[in-house]
This record gives sequence, structure tokens and C-alpha cells, in this order.
Amino acid sequence: MSRTKPQPEGGQAPVVQRVRLRYAKRGPMRFTSHRDFARAFERAILRANVPIAYSQGFTPHPKVSYASAAPTGVASEAEYVEIGLRERADPRELVWALDAALSPGLDILEAVEATGGSLAERIDASAWRIELPGVTANAARHAVDVFLAATEVPVERLTKQGRRTLDARGPVVRLDAPQTSDATPSEVSGVPCAILDLVVRQVTPSVRPDDVLSGLRVAADLELPVPPRATRLAQGVLTPQGELVDPLAADRDAAVIGAPPP
Amino acid sequence: MSVASVFPKLERLLPEVSKPIQYVGGELGAVVKDWDAATVRWVLSYPDAYEVGLPNQGVQILYEVLNEQADVLAERTYAVWPDLEALMRKHAVPQFTVDTHRPVRAFDLFGISFATELGYTNMLTMLDLAGIPLDSRDRDETHPIVIAGGHAAFNPEPIADFIDAAVLGDGEEAVLEITAIVRDWKAEGCPGGRDELLLRLARTESVYVPRFYDVDYLPDGRIQRVVPNRADVPFRVHKRTTMDLDAWPYPKKPLVPLAETVHERYAVEIFRGCTRGCRFCQAGMITRPVRERSITTIGEMVAEGLEFSGFGEVGLLSLSSADHSEIGNICSGLADQYQGSNVSLSLPSTRVDAFNITLAEELSRGGRRTGLTFAPEGGSERIRRVINKMVSEEDLIRTVVTAYSNGWRQVKLYFMCGLPTETDEDVLQIARLAHEVIKAGRAATGSKDIRCTVSIGGFVPKPHTPFQWAAMCSPEVIDNRLKLLKQAINSDRSLGRAIGYRYHDGQPSLIEGLLSRGDRRVGAVIRRVWEDGGRFDGWSEHFSFQRWVDAAAEVLPQFGVDLDWYTTRERDENEVLPWDHLDSGLDKEWLWQDWQDALSEYEQPDCRWTPCFDCGVCPSMDTEIQIGPTGKKLLPLTPVNTGLRVPS
Ligand code: B12
Ligand code: SF4
Repeated sequence: MSRTKPQPEGGQAPVVQRVRLRYAKRGPMRFTSHRDFARAFERAILRANVPIAYSQGFTPHPKVSYASAAPTGVASEAEYVEIGLRERADPRELVWALDAALSPGLDILEAVEATGGSLAERIDASAWRIELPGVTANAARHAVDVFLAATEVPVERLTKQGRRTLDARGPVVRLDAPQTSDATPSEVSGVPCAILDLVVRQVTPSVRPDDVLSGLRVAADLELPVPPRATRLAQGVLTPQGELVDPLAADRDAAVIGAPPP
Repeated sequence: MSVASVFPKLERLLPEVSKPIQYVGGELGAVVKDWDAATVRWVLSYPDAYEVGLPNQGVQILYEVLNEQADVLAERTYAVWPDLEALMRKHAVPQFTVDTHRPVRAFDLFGISFATELGYTNMLTMLDLAGIPLDSRDRDETHPIVIAGGHAAFNPEPIADFIDAAVLGDGEEAVLEITAIVRDWKAEGCPGGRDELLLRLARTESVYVPRFYDVDYLPDGRIQRVVPNRADVPFRVHKRTTMDLDAWPYPKKPLVPLAETVHERYAVEIFRGCTRGCRFCQAGMITRPVRERSITTIGEMVAEGLEFSGFGEVGLLSLSSADHSEIGNICSGLADQYQGSNVSLSLPSTRVDAFNITLAEELSRGGRRTGLTFAPEGGSERIRRVINKMVSEEDLIRTVVTAYSNGWRQVKLYFMCGLPTETDEDVLQIARLAHEVIKAGRAATGSKDIRCTVSIGGFVPKPHTPFQWAAMCSPEVIDNRLKLLKQAINSDRSLGRAIGYRYHDGQPSLIEGLLSRGDRRVGAVIRRVWEDGGRFDGWSEHFSFQRWVDAAAEVLPQFGVDLDWYTTRERDENEVLPWDHLDSGLDKEWLWQDWQDALSEYEQPDCRWTPCFDCGVCPSMDTEIQIGPTGKKLLPLTPVNTGLRVPS
């Protein structure tokens, strides 16, 4: 019926500190969509009494910006979000306070004060681990070899706009099926479980683990008896050696070198 | 013996269904308890999709009340969407709780909250998926006792075959008493089995056990009598009333979902009951008398509820929130406390008077004035006298114009169609009223930028109301009146452009009518519809009128009755109604008199401000009106730590 929103004289308090956080989506909480997480996170900000800054205007929004989120159903150890504060806060205390205010499984792992740049420019690739219950490592390895040998693997994805075709091969920087994984018992069931290690470059439209799995099916007939389980392990900028640079590393280094006034 | 979680099996299905988060639990406020340490185990349900069911206050309250007991465990289950239902059947995954994913079948008690009758088919899906026989007579000691509650439980006869028991009225104390009976019975080694347990419940006189009552019918299809078939079982079962709302300040720890739901706010009931006496309103009739929660308890609940949940909105709930004796101080006090914060306040009041606007102004201080809602319910003064909605046309127009003059641009007006004695003319008056509102609003504001929306739905006569004897209009008559109304609104193009028109067509209301005033024979219709695929009847995209019509035509003739007999037939004074043995406190003679008063367009004032009009509730339930003012103020917010809340 009515809204009472903060609109102090002269507008909203300005941002005095930006903090970047890494968080995880674990276990059953991997089924949160990005919107679900955003709602939960904004409530956690209120529960934890974080001195968040708001945008100007009649419907002020908290200053929160998210880096590209893992798809619904995919777990992650490396999601990133940046918040703008109207009062300074100790990043370590932010981690404790926000983590306690979120459901277990949505875990805040670390926070650093932002020293410049943007999260977006520090992320251009993702590393994923995919468990394939019911698939032997040999079958997985064979499929990976066929997939990597192709120059292009067109796959279809169902989007809100209908079916669209994209190339699942191009952005794949690395795809391994480590031989040792045959005996790995999966959390999902007692059957053998192959594991894939995947690094994908961020492109538009983005290629996600399920697109690569579609690619393995299209290119090499790899069928999955049981739904797979994917986890994002890291995001960052890809080095020429194929490593990912932690997107918070630059801020962490800056914090150590030129510690900001408390 | 511990009960295993079905989550490992469910988890495999989740990647294939829409919005899987609704099935995983993990909400703030959710309680997970040790199975083996509990002596009595409840599973509670609101039988609709999670997004509608989770915010339900009734379930949240009972969940918290029960879980506060050391040896009691309560979990929740909701209706699963057809995509998951199909997968669960294929992979043999039973109905589960969202808290720990234990199978529903393993619990002692299965409490289902029915705010509306449209949840009946979903109950059958849940029972079936749980592996609980649909027919209560086929259940044994290994199955939960299925108990219905909520407003629809005031006439549970259509679901009498499927439930073991029903509780009328407030649940806070009732669930604890039921728990105690189950606890004792289990401690004694379950003497006499399920039958004995149900008998113990029935003997409390406030738990209705349908199987202990026989219904006899007359040759013409009407009920001859309803009588107990066991010694010691009471002839009438009484409703429960929680008298001191300050002693039951729930929910304290509201459930905060991860999935998106219909209401994302902290809701506080500011009072229960309503004696305005609108004759169509079952909720008002069955929840008497009025019991206010005090301004101080409301303030504490809001402060604690917000701190716990992180919600950005507070709803002050009741059947007519502007009627709280201290509502002015409540609104200004909360507005003071939360001014400059990002908390918004809402008061779902639809009272048609200037006071309502004053309150809305308090709550929207400094914010944008989006829309106001008023519910005149009837288009003509005549029909408003019939339904006892006492507001004159002059007052109505003045109120709406005041809203426009105070900065509101959009006003919503709620009406009903198909009311007793209604003619086309009564409904067409809505168009004239809307035109007058826009004209007066334009004149007062000098602006063309004002709008009103007319929202209209079909009237459904409900048990325990003066209209329980009334004939429903056929869907054809309703739909025709709705069409005429639309034409009349648009007959003036300039005014028509400023008026939005929303309506619900007559067909779903007819089925609601069947389920509301049905008897035990209607159970066969519900079962047939469900077998035929009926699910989620509260959702227009799932509801099929034809399916209900076909099922009724197939099943009812064997009893010598039909769909019209239940819906468009007027009852006479002497007819035994299916719910006559269920005591809401209202005196049947008073209800009949009020029905006659309606027909002679005679109004009945509110007993809070005029003498008691002997509806019967207070003496028969041993209750009394509890209203303020207490003269107290909202407690100022104690300046808790203003810094980060870091766990110690
Ligand atoms: C908030 C609300 C909604 C919300 C939220 C619904 C929800 N998920 O809870 C929304 C907007 C979604 C909604 C929708 C509808 N609503 Co509504 N809603 C309300 C409102 C304002 C508050 C309900 C409430 O929380 N009450 C407080 C709680 C604590 O009471 P309670 O649930 O009855 O629970 C107590 C007892 O009944 C009992 N109890 C309940 N369950 C059980 C179970 C057991 C086992 C036991 C022992 C006891 C027990 O114990 C509880 C504590 O004492 C009421 C009006 C009112 N003030 O009551 C209307 C009301 C319930 N709604 C009503 C209607 C008609 C509807 C709709 C059908 C409207 C429509 N045509 O679409 C839909 C149905 C939606 C659906 N599919 O269920 C009517 C019910 C009609 C009637 N019985 O006469 C009411 C009474 C409004 C009215 N005056 O007409 N509604
Ligand atoms: S018995 Fe009298 S005082 Fe009590 S609710 Fe009925 S009319 Fe009001």
C-alpha cells in the first residue's frame, strides 16, 4: 500500500568504502538461483546491520553488485560480490557477520577492501569440476579426447527465447578426465564416478558446464545415467600458462602494502 | 528407529524440475531436531505450492509453538508441482518434508491448514505420494493421523472420508492438547490402536472425528440427521479460541525463504476476530469475538521479527486493521521508529473512510503514494444494506476524493457479483460510482492523472454465515453482469479510460460453492476430479471447470442430487445443514434472523460500539470482546548495537 524509504535530507549517504567478498554455494544450497541468492544476501545485510549505502531516488537500492553467477544447480567455491558501505567496516568482521546471517551452505569465505578497478575486469575465465556418477574414467577420457580434437562442437540450449545453438568447444581452455578417478565414490551414489576438470573462457553467450556435457554427448555419445554435479572452483584472469589469477589478489596486496586508515 | 532422509534420491531429480530451491529447505527460522529424541512428531502443511504455502501464518505459528516443546518435533511439507510429482512417482520418492526430507508417512500427525477449499485435491496428491491411503478407514497405526485445520475446517464434510480429524478455530492451544493426548497414548503402549486414539481426541469435544458420526439422508437428498455412533462422543464439536494474543506472540522467528514467495514480509496479526458483521464474510463470523494484541506486544514483535528476519517490509494483519482501538498510535509509532530506515510498513485495510487515509499517510511518510484499496463490496446502497457493508455513496466518493487530493494517484475498489437479491441494476451502479469517483477526483485535483481500478469477483456463500442458506447465481448470470458492467464503464470514453477493470469469471466460484457448502457425498466428486488429474485448483492455469462439472455429473446422480442442488438452490430454515453439528458459537437462530434482516435490507451495527446483539458466541464459548485502548505507547527502540552484528 505504501512505501517508506530512506530519503534523508540532501539524498543518500555516500559510499566511503567498497568491499569485495568471495562466497560459496554448497550442498543443497546450490539450487539457489542468482535471484534467490541476491534476495537472501540483501536480507543478510539487514540482519547483520551492515552499514550499506543506497542509491539515490524514490526507490533506493542497496549498493551491491554481483560478478557473473554460477547457474542454478551448480555449486561454487568462488562467487564474487562487491558492496558499497556508508561507514567503514572491518572486512574480517563483515565475513563473520554476513556468514552468520545467511543460511548454512551459503557461506561467506573472505572479504577485502577494494582498491580500484572492477571485479568484471579481473574475471575472464572459470574453473569447474564435474562429477559424472555412473561413468567410468575411461569412457570420460575417450569422450574428452574426441571433444578436444574437434575445432567446433555446436550444441543446442533451451533459453527463454527458444532454442539457440552455440559452440561448446571454442571457449574451452582445458578439459581433463584424470585417470585416478575410477574408484572415487560419489556423494550421489555408490557407483563409479568420473571427474572432469574444466577451464572455460568467459564469452557471450557464456558456455557453462552443461553445454560442455552436451558437447561430449554430441561429439562422442557420452550418455549420463545420473545427473552430473558441477562445482565452480575458481574464477579469475587466465594467465598464458593457463592458471587463474585470484580476482581479490590485487586488493589483498594493496591492503598489505598501503594499509588504509582505520 | 531413525528415519532416513530421502534427499539423496530427491537430489537427482531436482536438476530436472523448475525452481528446485523450493524443495531443499534450509530457510532461516527452520528447525531441525533429532528424530529419536522426540516423542511426538508432527508434519504440517499448507496444501499449495511452496511459494504460496511458506508465508502462511497459521502453519508458521503452529510450527514454532510445537517446536518449542522439548520432546516434540514439527516439520513442513508443501504441494509439489506436477513436474516433480511425475518424477517422484517414476523414481518412487515419497512425499517429504522440506526441513529434513523425511518421508511424511513416518510422522505421528499430519496437520493440514485449509484457508480455502481449493486445496482439497492437493491434499489427495500429498497423501497419495506419501503412501497414506486416501480413505481414512484404510489407515492403520503405522500411518499419521491426518488433521485438518484453518477456516475451511469449519465444514470439513466434503473431505470427511480423507481426514481422520478436524480442529475448528485457533490452533495454538489445540495442537498442544492433541500432542499431550498422543504422547500419553504412546507412553501407554498405544492401547486400542488408532481407534482408541481417535476416540480420546473426539472426547475432548473440540476435535471432530468424522468417522464417529453417521449421516442419514431424506429421500429428497437433504440431510435427515447427523448423530454420533459411539458412546461418549459429543453431539456437537466446539471451536477453539485463543483468548490472550499477548501470551502467544507468534511467529517470533518467521520463516525466511530462499525461494521467491507471494509475501516477503514480516506479518503481525494485530487482532483476531471481527464484528463488523459483513454478512458474506465467513472469516468475520467464525473468528469472533474481537481480541486485540496490545500496542506494546505489537511493537516488540515488529522489532524482533525484523531483526531476526532481515525483511524490509512489515504487514499489520487482521480482518479490518484500521479498527484496532490504538491503530493511530501503532501507525505513527512505527512510522517514527522506522523513519529513515529501509523498512516499509503496510496496513491491508480496506475500510472506506477518511481515517483509513490518515493511517496510510502516516505509513507512507516521505515515500511514494502508490495505491490505496477500498472494499465497498456492493455497487448500490441497497445491496450494501443487504450485505451489511455500511457505507453511503456520498461517504465513499468523499473518501476516494480525499485520497486523490492527498497525493494518491491510483485507487482500487473491490466488489462482489452474484450477491443475494442482486439485480443487473445493482452491478451497473458500480460503473456509475466509478464514473462519479473519477469526475469528482478530477474536479478536486484539477488533474487528469488519476485512476481507479474496479476489481470484482463472484460471491460464494459460506457455512456459518447468514448467507449459508442463499442460492448462488449461475456462472452465466454472473458472466453476463460482468460483461454489462464492462460496457457501462466504457460507455463514457473519457472516464472509462481512467478506470481499470479486473474480474474473476463465475465458473471457479461455482466450484468453490460446491466445496464450501458440500456434504460427505461431495467427497466422491473431489476424488474423481483428482483421479482425473485435478491439481492446484486455486491456480487459473491448472483449474478446469469442465473436469469438476463432469465429475459431479458422473458421481452425484447415484445420491439423487447434482451440482445445482448444492450451489444454486436456496435452503429453508428447517433444513439440516451439513455443518450443524460443528459449533462456531454462532446461534443458528441469530444467523437466520440476520439472513431475514438482509432480505429486508436492515443493517446490524458492530457490537464493539453498540450493545451486544446476541450472536451467541460469547456466552457459548465463554469468551468476551477484548479491546483497548490500553493508553500505552510503542516502546522506543532500545538503541541496540548500531554496529555490525558479529556472532559472539
Ligand atoms: C495473508 C492472506 C492471504 C495471502 C497469504 C496466504 C497464505 N499463504 O497464508 C494471499 C494473498 C496469498 C491470500 C490469498 C488468498 N486468500 Co487470503 N487471506 C490472508 C489473510 C489476510 C491473513 C491470513 C492469516 O495469515 N491469518 C492468520 C493465521 C494465524 O490464521 P489461520 O491461518 O487461520 O491459522 C490459525 C487457525 O486457523 C488454526 N489452524 C490453521 N491451520 C491449522 C491446521 C491444524 C492442523 C490445526 C490444528 C489448526 C490450524 O491455527 C492458526 C493459529 O490460531 C486472511 C484474512 C485474515 N485476517 O485472516 C485472508 C483470507 C484467509 N483469504 C481468503 C481468501 C478467499 C483467499 C483467496 C482464495 C483469494 C482468491 N480468491 O484468490 C486466496 C487463496 C490463496 C491460496 N491458494 O491459498 C479468505 C478466506 C475465505 C473464507 N474462509 O471465508 C480470508 C479469510 C479473507 C476474507 N476475509 O475473505 N490470502
Ligand atoms: S456475543 Fe455479542 S458481544 Fe460477543 S461477538 Fe456476538 S454480538 Fe459481539
